[in-house]
Amino acid sequence: MAMLEAVKGKVGTKQEMAHLLKQMMCIRAFEDKVFELLARDILKGASHVYAGQEAVAVGAMSAITATDYITSTHRGHGHCLARGGDLKLMLAELCGKETGYCRGRGGSMHIADVSAGNLGATGIVGGNIPVGTGAGLAARMKNEGQVVLCFFGDGASNNGSFHESLNMAGVWRLPVVYICENNLYGMSVSVKRACAVQDIATRCSAYAMDGVVVDGQQVLDVQATVAAAVDRARKGDGPTLVEAKTYRYRGHSRSDPRAYRTKDEEATWHDRDPILLFRKLLADEGVMTAEEMDAVEAEVDREMAAAEKFTLEESEYPSGDAVLEDVYAGWIKGRYGLERL
Amino acid sequence: MAEKFYREAIRDALAEEMRRDPRVFVMGEDVAIYGGAYGATKGLVDEFGEERIRDTAISEAAIAGAAVGAAMAGMRPVAEIMYFDFMTIAMDQFVNQGAKNRYMFGGKTTVPMVLRTEGGAGRCIAAQHSQSLEAWFCHAPGVFVVAPATPYDAKGLLKTCIRDDNPILFVEHKMLYGVKGEVPDEEYTIPLGEAAVRREGDDVTLIAYSRMANRAEEAAGLLADDGIDAEVIDLRCLKPLDTRCILESVRKTGRVVLASEACENANFVCEVAMRVNEHAFDYLDAPIARVCAADVPVPMSPTLEDAAVPTADRIAEAARRLVGKV
Repeated sequence: MAMLEAVKGKVGTKQEMAHLLKQMMCIRAFEDKVFELLARDILKGASHVYAGQEAVAVGAMSAITATDYITSTHRGHGHCLARGGDLKLMLAELCGKETGYCRGRGGSMHIADVSAGNLGATGIVGGNIPVGTGAGLAARMKNEGQVVLCFFGDGASNNGSFHESLNMAGVWRLPVVYICENNLYGMSVSVKRACAVQDIATRCSAYAMDGVVVDGQQVLDVQATVAAAVDRARKGDGPTLVEAKTYRYRGHSRSDPRAYRTKDEEATWHDRDPILLFRKLLADEGVMTAEEMDAVEAEVDREMAAAEKFTLEESEYPSGDAVLEDVYAGWIKGRYGLERL
Repeated sequence: MAEKFYREAIRDALAEEMRRDPRVFVMGEDVAIYGGAYGATKGLVDEFGEERIRDTAISEAAIAGAAVGAAMAGMRPVAEIMYFDFMTIAMDQFVNQGAKNRYMFGGKTTVPMVLRTEGGAGRCIAAQHSQSLEAWFCHAPGVFVVAPATPYDAKGLLKTCIRDDNPILFVEHKMLYGVKGEVPDEEYTIPLGEAAVRREGDDVTLIAYSRMANRAEEAAGLLADDGIDAEVIDLRCLKPLDTRCILESVRKTGRVVLASEACENANFVCEVAMRVNEHAFDYLDAPIARVCAADVPVPMSPTLEDAAVPTADRIAEAARRLVGKV
């Protein structure tokens, strides 16, 4: 098993490219709105914002089909949206409303749409790597050609669950594409200080799988590289460890003043904004005009406004009386303990 | 009726459910050709092959977590954690992911998995291979906990657990694998949340589970020699708990001894005591008593192990004190 070269992306049809652009813009608009609502204390709790990493989720998700699975992370809004998530249902969930994807029970860190193959975000770093591996095991046993995209960060790659899971997938040749989003920091601790290796993909050699490093700011390169890994998985050639080099523009969470990063470093990465890079590429290749791309952004703004209206004006909080529902399938806490429904 | 070993009853339950439903599969350490550390999966690989009886690496987190993921992706895994003591490594996956996903996702998923494990003392293999940690999992919303004491219960309950859509911890006992009991040849299942009254009596209720349920029955025999008529309840299922069965007995006898092989401090039986307190306080003629393991890591030496773990004598002694016949 070896380190592979990233696959250079190719521009597709205008329709396809517009879709990728719109998805990235949606994520950025959504995350900006989340940040604002957190500041206004309308959105409660934790929210870990994906701004800056859009090309990874969008590029990767465009390489799989509706019947495949993904597992996500605490920084999972981008994955959920790229997987076809509805802005309204997502914002409602983050605001704890009954109309949200998880009826307000999960919030930002536990957003999921299992029926759409999004097996969920998790608040435990590395917590979904074994879960994604298990979905890969199910895919192998069902033998219907499904694959799994298992997302996690640089921090999670130092967790025991990473080791156990990739070893299992390597031994059993599971159809999982492990996607490490290396945004250079696990909360405040840099990869330089936390990781024994700097190219996390090189850990592939410990698990009998290929590894590949890709520029996470180039959506088409991510798409092509993940597509090649997906192809290998579907053919039965087993898992791949893809490492996307990327950057989160905001802090770990809202309360993070980012003292551990320099302004210079942040500026360098802002110069590599994935949306701006893609806009430039589409303009240079003559795929879309500036007006057309602006029109996409305007559409996103309208949809985001509608999602805000839906969430803040048209959605209720769950009733406190419902707090005991759905802990179990078929049972609920009653007077004498758990009773059958 | 045929007599089977407890470990054979478990093996038969697995085989029957795997024949019935192609989504059911087994994975764990040494489950295939080795047949399980205590023989509970012996021979299954010959019938079902290595895809469905999967030997894993020594990776408890991946074993439990892969079961969660496979269950959410349409399979019905029966994963094994070889020793209850190793559940600590599997905890995050089982309790933080598997147990919580249904609730966190607004009821829009199920995690139909069974995690089989075995605990308990009796083999002098000491502190890291002899624990009874059921209280930790009874405490976690989203998880069911089942602990059968007989081959009949083991088979009937395991079949039910495999068909159930919840994440279930199925707790076997290393000293019960070699115990024989009657097991019907015909198809049968035992519902969750139902205790078994092993012996009827009027003077005192002995409530226990797993190996201690068998010791409670022995204690009832000792008490009978003293003219004390003990009722013995084997809980079988800790969560959901058969509160009604317990209350009915307490209303009859007015005296309760709770027995458990787990450490005394914060033992699961404290939950049982509280339910009796909440719903049957007026029927009690004496304080609720408990007989649990000493609050020590399980010691290796046989004399120390015996001193640490409840015996039939100590259960009977506790009952005699309640009845005022010490």
